[in-house]
Amino acid sequence: MSRFKAYLRALGAIVWKDLAAELRSRELLSSMLVFALLVILIFNFALELDIKARDTITAGILWVTFAFAGTLGLNRSMASEKDRGCLDGLLLAPVDRSAIYFGKAIGNLVFMFIVEIIVLPVYSVLYNVNLFQPGLLLVIFLGSLGYVAVGTLLATMAVQVRTRDILLPILLFPLALPVLIASVKASNGFLQAIPLAEIMPWLNLLIVYDIIFTAIAFMVFDYVVEE
Amino acid sequence: MMISVRNLVKRFGPKTVLHRLDFEVGAGDFVGLLGPNGAGKTTLLRILASLSRPAAGRVQIAGYRLPAQAAQVRRRLGVVSHQPLLYGDLTAEENLFFYGRMYALEEVKTRAAEVLHLVGLYSRRSDLVRTFSRGMRQRLAIGRAVLHDPEVMLFDEPHTGLDQDACAMLDTVLSEIAARGRTVVMTSHDLARVADLATRFDVISRGKIVASGTRQEIGPDNLLRFYRQAVKSAEGEV
Repeated sequence: MSRFKAYLRALGAIVWKDLAAELRSRELLSSMLVFALLVILIFNFALELDIKARDTITAGILWVTFAFAGTLGLNRSMASEKDRGCLDGLLLAPVDRSAIYFGKAIGNLVFMFIVEIIVLPVYSVLYNVNLFQPGLLLVIFLGSLGYVAVGTLLATMAVQVRTRDILLPILLFPLALPVLIASVKASNGFLQAIPLAEIMPWLNLLIVYDIIFTAIAFMVFDYVVEE
Repeated sequence: MMISVRNLVKRFGPKTVLHRLDFEVGAGDFVGLLGPNGAGKTTLLRILASLSRPAAGRVQIAGYRLPAQAAQVRRRLGVVSHQPLLYGDLTAEENLFFYGRMYALEEVKTRAAEVLHLVGLYSRRSDLVRTFSRGMRQRLAIGRAVLHDPEVMLFDEPHTGLDQDACAMLDTVLSEIAARGRTVVMTSHDLARVADLATRFDVISRGKIVASGTRQEIGPDNLLRFYRQAVKSAEGEV
């Protein structure tokens, strides 16, 4: 078997394992989903939004929800590997360790997308906003990709210490700030039907962020997991 | 030599855990690595398993150097540690399929079935691992470790937490592995169990191998005395 084929097979095995285990336990998805739905409900009741306010802060609330739920998922996804000692099992496999990173990142991305797919229609109904616009969906895809790319790497670092639940948000939010700002700005642009030319810089920022942080994670993951 | 370690040093912050340690294991040997808590047994095994990077020294397994040729070493290595490294929400068979894919095995299903027969869990292959007893998990952990038919096996206190029946069953599996000519290094606090399995005994204390002898050299009933003397003299030197 060629090295590349073995790499893809290992990567696929990690994604399959995460999805199969989650399908049975529903531990991670249920906590992410409950948290996300609670956040949008609390915002809905707390802000008692008028139509004008809704237009301006919808994107912000949406990304706060995704970011918090995503952090919860990232933390639990790596913590479950560490607590069961399974991280060592993955590290013992004779594959390039970046396959472990990409496998875990794809699994985390799938969980984040599932939560987003459920949250979006609920949000649309509660806030009376049409969120099913191709442009907005593209922003959600790119934003989630960047958030998970950096989040998976930091979750692997944070899981080594006892204070991981606190450490991950402290490390993640400052580093994810560009992706969150760009996502909110671009989402707002699509929701308020701003010309595409004005949204493009934010979309470009998201694409560049995704590429840079995926590349950094690919290069440093081996050192992050090394004892 | 299948395993060759020279002048190995490992530090955790200011604390030096392994002090210029030398350790060699020939092909087909079954070495019992004995030592008190904190002696450096697990640290040594983690370095051999390429899970931990040494501060200094040379480590070579099956002719490949660590950490430079870690992937080649991992392909030839099976590791059983305190934790079974298994996923509770997957079945026994699914766990082996998963690790088989991680090791790029061609005939995963056939090999998984063989291994499940070897560790006596074929009839429970479709059960979730979280429903298994500690002994069954440990047997499946051995199955996971031998799945890719490694040349070298590292066992870090595999009997921990097992009842007498489970220990006896584990010993049968370990004997079968040794009979197949695999090189084995096993740490344990249970001298009686190691005495039955190992062909050579190394005592580690304060980060150094302080005594070494074959089963013939030490004698069948003298392992406890050999161990105590080695640890006592090592502590006396400090």
